[in-house]
Amino acid sequence: MKLIVNGMELDVVSPPLTPLLHVLRDELDITSPKAGCQQGGCGTCTVLVDGEPRRSCLTAVATVDGAAITTVEGLGERDALSPVQAAFHRHYAAQCGFCTPGMVIAATALIERAGGPVERDDVLEALGGHYCRCTGYVKIIDAVMAASRGEVEEIEDVPVSVAGEPEVQPKGSPA
Amino acid sequence: MTADVLVPTSADEAASLYGDGAGITVVGGGTILLPEIAVGRAKPERALMLHRAGLGTIEVAGDRVVIGAMAPISAVADVPDGALGQVARHLADGEIRRTATVGGNIAAAAAADAQRGDLGAPLIALGARVRSTGAGGERIEPIEEFLAGDRGRLVLDVQYDRFERRSGTAALRRRHAHSFSVAAVVACARPDGSDLRIGVSGVGPTAVRCRAVEQSRDAADVLSDVEPIDDAVASAAYRRAVLPKLVRDALDQLEPA
Repeated sequence: MKLIVNGMELDVVSPPLTPLLHVLRDELDITSPKAGCQQGGCGTCTVLVDGEPRRSCLTAVATVDGAAITTVEGLGERDALSPVQAAFHRHYAAQCGFCTPGMVIAATALIERAGGPVERDDVLEALGGHYCRCTGYVKIIDAVMAASRGEVEEIEDVPVSVAGEPEVQPKGSPA
Repeated sequence: MTADVLVPTSADEAASLYGDGAGITVVGGGTILLPEIAVGRAKPERALMLHRAGLGTIEVAGDRVVIGAMAPISAVADVPDGALGQVARHLADGEIRRTATVGGNIAAAAAADAQRGDLGAPLIALGARVRSTGAGGERIEPIEEFLAGDRGRLVLDVQYDRFERRSGTAALRRRHAHSFSVAAVVACARPDGSDLRIGVSGVGPTAVRCRAVEQSRDAADVLSDVEPIDDAVASAAYRRAVLPKLVRDALDQLEPA
């Protein structure tokens, strides 16, 4: 089997019924899609399959053989965030961050599909399957609407690693 | 992990690999099965994966609609005859609707903690028939009979006849929580009120046809058609309380405006 993950064509050897989530995380070492509930309920494993958001925990890898998969790793760079990532940063739309990958992917697909400003109800519909236990959603919804309006300001304070200093490894993080 | 995975490339091959279904786990979209595997409740030894079997088409030909078992729920949202699309658009959320299939919604076994299969109600109201294969070969039967059986068969497609209908739908669910319905009712009839059919889902292990209400047109009779149960989504008592109101609401929508 093959997957085109963030533009790179990769061979996959996991068994056919393996959830796409575990192929990405365990075989390909792409860890932005999180293994949250693994029951399709929380949304943090969402990735784009040929441009459409789908739950990677519910998707057997054989059923997407040959498809183009996009994860957060394929959206922006550390110093060149995607519009949705920048808006999440600007609007404080992430707290613990565990739901953020799925939120960002689903919001990116929504804005791509709409091609312009989206309404609050569109955001509620598109993020309906994504649970956040910290923010109360208000800032997330604000961020997605701002990104859809192209309100992306320069982000200057994204932390960058300094040569010689070890990167911070969050303790106890499921990531 | 799975010992043996079968990937048929045609409907005929799928039927022949399925045989009488003994020892076979059918994989449609996987949205029901994969979570079961993840928690160790399902350990398929021989999996029949249908994604290449060519069962995913939706044909609207003249006066008949034929929906392949592997058609994703998201595609059903656009079929004609209001009630089915309306219910499909409210199932789970967009990400799951793109993966989940019509066949899985009809054929999957009852869940331990929630009532699945919301497409059952509109399909019953539309007088749909299920074409399936398995022990004894292929057969076509009304969906309410298929659902009442053990469902140990491979669904090939579901079909219904098109004619001018009015439809009414009423459901209780938590819209943005994409949980299973507390109760859902769909009623369809010809504009003159004849050919009334009513399907109820969400209140028990399968969707049920409400023949008593169809005869009497009295919403209270729904409690002689169905026996609501307790689960994680709602109590039986609550379902008994709201169901007649939902049926009344659906029936009212059949009246000319």
